[in-house]
Amino acid sequence: MSDQSNLPASGDGAGHSRVPEPLEDQDVAPGLPAHVWRPTDVDPKAEKRAERQVAALFIFSMVCAVLFVVAYFSFEIGREIDTFLGFGASNLFLGLTLGLGMLAIGVGVIQWARKLMSDVEIAELRHPAASSEEDRETTLKALTAGLDESGIGRRPLIRNTLLGALAFAGVPLVVALRDLGPRNMSASRLEKTFWMEGMYIVRDVLGTRINRADLEIGDLLNGEPEGLVPNSEGHLPAPIGPNGQELRPALDHEQLLIEKVKSAVIVLRMSPGDIVRNPDRENWDVDGIVCYSKICTHVGCPIALNEQQTHHLLCPCHQSTFDLADSGKVVFGPAGHSLPQMHLAADDEGYLYAMGDFDEPVGPSYWERG
Amino acid sequence: MSTTSKVADTNGGTAARSGKPSKVGAAANWADERLGLAGLAKKNLRKVFPDHWSFMLGEIALWSFVVLLVTGVFLTFWFNPSMTEIEYQGSYAPLRGSYISEAFNSSLHISFDVRGGLLLRQMHHWAAHLFIGSMLIHMMRVFLTGAYRKPREINWVIGVLLLTLGTLEGFTGYSLPDDLLSGTGVRAADGFVKSIPVIGTYGSFLLFGDEFPGHSIIPRLYIIHVLLIPGLILGLIAAHMLLLVYHKHTQWPGPGRTEQNVVGFPMLPVYAAKAGGFFFIVFGATALMGGLMTINPIWMYGPYDPTKVTAGSQPDWYMGWPDGLLRIIPGWTEVSFWGVTLALPVFLTVILMPTLIITFLILYPFIDNWISGDKREHHLLQRPRDTPARTGLMAALVTFYVLALFAGGNDIIAIRLDLSINQITYFLRAAIFLGPILAFWITKRWCISLQRHAKEQALHGYETGIIERSPDGAYSERHLPLPDAKQALIVGRERDQLLELEPAVDKNGVERPHNRKERLRLALNRFWFADNLQPPTAAEIEAAHHHHDGHDGHELEAGAHDDDRDALVKGH
Repeated sequence: MSDQSNLPASGDGAGHSRVPEPLEDQDVAPGLPAHVWRPTDVDPKAEKRAERQVAALFIFSMVCAVLFVVAYFSFEIGREIDTFLGFGASNLFLGLTLGLGMLAIGVGVIQWARKLMSDVEIAELRHPAASSEEDRETTLKALTAGLDESGIGRRPLIRNTLLGALAFAGVPLVVALRDLGPRNMSASRLEKTFWMEGMYIVRDVLGTRINRADLEIGDLLNGEPEGLVPNSEGHLPAPIGPNGQELRPALDHEQLLIEKVKSAVIVLRMSPGDIVRNPDRENWDVDGIVCYSKICTHVGCPIALNEQQTHHLLCPCHQSTFDLADSGKVVFGPAGHSLPQMHLAADDEGYLYAMGDFDEPVGPSYWERG
Repeated sequence: MSTTSKVADTNGGTAARSGKPSKVGAAANWADERLGLAGLAKKNLRKVFPDHWSFMLGEIALWSFVVLLVTGVFLTFWFNPSMTEIEYQGSYAPLRGSYISEAFNSSLHISFDVRGGLLLRQMHHWAAHLFIGSMLIHMMRVFLTGAYRKPREINWVIGVLLLTLGTLEGFTGYSLPDDLLSGTGVRAADGFVKSIPVIGTYGSFLLFGDEFPGHSIIPRLYIIHVLLIPGLILGLIAAHMLLLVYHKHTQWPGPGRTEQNVVGFPMLPVYAAKAGGFFFIVFGATALMGGLMTINPIWMYGPYDPTKVTAGSQPDWYMGWPDGLLRIIPGWTEVSFWGVTLALPVFLTVILMPTLIITFLILYPFIDNWISGDKREHHLLQRPRDTPARTGLMAALVTFYVLALFAGGNDIIAIRLDLSINQITYFLRAAIFLGPILAFWITKRWCISLQRHAKEQALHGYETGIIERSPDGAYSERHLPLPDAKQALIVGRERDQLLELEPAVDKNGVERPHNRKERLRLALNRFWFADNLQPPTAAEIEAAHHHHDGHDGHELEAGAHDDDRDALVKGH
């Protein structure tokens, strides 16, 4: 161990500090302790017993493997599942037999190692991680010779153009990843949803329109725009406006999830007096019925927990809380901006529809959001 | 008597006789004539591995990865990573007739209609927990004992990368079944990506192939999960193991153990048997867990629907700490200016913090080395108490981690303990900063106290609890020397060496500019080492012995008490 790397550095090329030499009078560790014999080394009976234990474990493992096969074929799964003590019998016995069988092999082998294999510790010398000085020199010479013969140092034109070519060679690979995304990756796509002026709100499961009279104070409904909830035949209908006009053609089923995520709303009725009147949103409610995006402005979870008394809506994912009586403002938690509100109106029969798309992007914040 | 002569007969008490070649020998000969492996094998077959329980933690990680590979291959035979919607017709009655993705459908199929399928799924998930958890604890062991020091820095870096990749592998894996819980996680991940300044929106489009959720995320996560990351992990594990073999394992100081040697059992047979046997134990334990403990019951969550969510949505625990930070950061940190938005509440907590912590961990051996100025190789481990500042740093990191993890379960804590979620959040906002500082300080002082105690014992022996009365009536407690192994742990460690500033004027009389970096280094060096107690020197131990020879009590006396001493040493 005369290698330099194992001695304390006396100086530091980069800095101005130095490490003092270690003290010489440190206690020297005593030699290896005497080996202590195990019972299995000196007592033939103990040795035989250990041998039998190991063999028994291996036999037990074989039995478990056979039982695994038995369990696999004898227990029913699926609709008519067999149960045992409330567990699914198949899963339980497959797990037990596989687990115990494997454990028995492991315990057996380790028992063998601990009781019967030599337990004499031996010592081995370490070597410094670095190669020998001689090896280093030889390698350095070979490297220098190789580089010399290539002429890479003497021909900067070749060297530099090669480096350039290699740098450019990566470009196609990176560019080819572009179409991982859609053709149109404009952030403006995130600003629009399926909603448009005159589009009716329907219940998210049934697909039926919502009448102002259906909602008592304190009621909350999950809604989607008409056109995003399949009808009884499983087709997406074309949304029809208050004047009977078709607002847009029926949506391709492929796009349903994408549009549903952005368009989900909650409809809530509160006492009109509870609403904090914001000058911009003077008449956005219908008799105290307000409508907000259901998608949290934090990272996009659907907001689900309504506190009826306070009109606070809590997102179960990260606890952002919004005040639905006050323009969806954040009152607690990590969300950075208010929940987008929808301008509501009701037709002559009292069915609720949107006065337009949200006036800001729904869902989580992003750079271009502004 | 030769050391092996008493080994049990079954293991072969005598040396193998030459002349009649064994079958093993013939096979080895056949292989060597074609592969020439004997040169490599002769060095490694009897390679020495030191023994300590804490060296097993990395092994758990290794073997649970093997379990993951085996169970994962089985799962790929049935899993269909597609987002196409179909009508569920399988065995689980409550969902029959509903429209779900192929991915969720095949996950249900594995769980209910493939014999042993649920077992494999649960084993796979439990093994993933085990894999990441054991890597984390293994890393803490390496950190706390200084095993990352020269020449093992690169292996430390590989380890940090493995932990990072393991975490990503876990996330991509539990997102695959496309159930309500994992879909909510993917939805949040979309928000995370979008929070990245400038490129976040493009990142989201590229990742999802469209606006969220698109139709590509499950197949993409799948190929990342079964090919890309496992390939990287396999390669890094191979490098990790090769370096381990090349450097030889570190060992604890002890009698006969030095920086220049490695003491332990030979690879063949003892270490190979113990390590190989341990694979079966990990496999067996995972199988028992898969058979007895339900994990991720996706059928109870139902299929993913972006307009639905369940209360108490938690990611798997290893993603919990960034999620916790995400919960406690106040929303006012989001800022908009010049027509753009900086989503800092998200970006700082789930993108930047993990990146910073991983970077810090990767750099730690080099920072540590810069502070200590130590250029030597180290193969003897350090006891955590002997590096009070470093142990304090780990305590601070653990405190931060645990508080953040609590924050990630703040809703569960609030419900279970009937506390206000707002107040838990306010408390954690302060605690996440103060807790680690407090933990650092307490741990550092605690370690120094332990050092003081250890030094006391090394010099004056341990207290036997035997009170003696001297002829003139004074009482004293008898002390006895520590066992060799313990004494070696205390006195065998290296002394800390404080850096010293070079004289301000060099030998030629030229003033040396002491730059800021150097001053910082010295300040850190003092902060790190100056309060530590140093192990007693041989002279100090000698002096302590002389001291006791002249006095009574304190330590044992010669002569009449020798029998007592033997009895006590045996009893100890």
